[in-house]
Amino acid sequence: MSLQQLSERVREHFAAGFVKAVEWRGDLAITVTRDTLHEVAQFLRDDPAMDFDYIVHVSSVDWPDDEERFEVVYEFYSIRKRHRIRLKTRVPESDCVVDSLTDLWKGADFMEREVYDMMGIRFRRHPDLRRILMPDDYTEGYPLRKDFPLRGKGWRDTFEFLDETTR
Amino acid sequence: MGLIQLGRHDKDGMPDVITTSIEKAVNWARKGSLWPMTFGLACCAIEMIAAVSSRYDMDRYGAGVFRASPRQSDLMIVAGTVCRRMAPVIRKIYDQMPEPKYVIAMGSCATSGNIYDSYSVVQGVDRFVPVDIYVPGCPPTPEALFDGILKLQERIMQKRVFVKQPEQVKASLKV
Repeated sequence: MSLQQLSERVREHFAAGFVKAVEWRGDLAITVTRDTLHEVAQFLRDDPAMDFDYIVHVSSVDWPDDEERFEVVYEFYSIRKRHRIRLKTRVPESDCVVDSLTDLWKGADFMEREVYDMMGIRFRRHPDLRRILMPDDYTEGYPLRKDFPLRGKGWRDTFEFLDETTR
Repeated sequence: MGLIQLGRHDKDGMPDVITTSIEKAVNWARKGSLWPMTFGLACCAIEMIAAVSSRYDMDRYGAGVFRASPRQSDLMIVAGTVCRRMAPVIRKIYDQMPEPKYVIAMGSCATSGNIYDSYSVVQGVDRFVPVDIYVPGCPPTPEALFDGILKLQERIMQKRVFVKQPEQVKASLKV
């Protein structure tokens, strides 16, 4: 199935939630609305012509000037059919919640936690949404957001453990 | 070097007498058996490993016996980028090492954070452990690490063992 056919098939099934499809240098990226994300993902996994059985990665993009500021990017691959697809959705800053895909692909678990940790996007119905790279008690916010200062807010220079062990 | 003098026995001329001070003998023993703690954090670790293996053979300086436990080691070679989340671990391991203990900050990252001026990277290990020798380079070659170890050995030979360190010196060694 060519990339053109792939995107047409998604468009047929989800005409309402379909935003756009971009094909660039052999990669197909489909943008859908946030509410249809889970349905589209389920379709990509279960439809025999799609058969996307492997989740490659989950990431996110911050577009600080856009109204819907954050973009969540999923990438899927079909091991049997050997084709891949990128699925994107946009969320506003005021309500950055996306449906978790951990019920469809177990592998989404840690990657969604990383997106939450770095960008602050929450995943609805995620089984264990905690920080994964930063410590659990980290309070400075979400480091990969564009408005986060490059050098952080002082955490890297505070060594509270020194008071306990030395002197 | 005049630190340890070899004497010859009167009868057969065999070298079996040495004269030295206990302090120098202790320092000589310490500098000749620097057991490093493995603390490779990033690409510098590769150079550190190369320095121990057969081509460079760090064991020539008595510093080739890498220990996996801080309780058996004298020297911590911090090789690589130190992330803030790793800092308490490094400090804990440093505290577990028995005295006398030494620290080498190997490479630009461990000395100053290098180019990683970001929210997660500590700008040099000397912010939370006292460092004896800084080895520059990105990464330093095994020869550069050897230079650091030889400098450390020179420094160990100058330490006082039985005489109390002056308070001023002691204070400068603290973090």
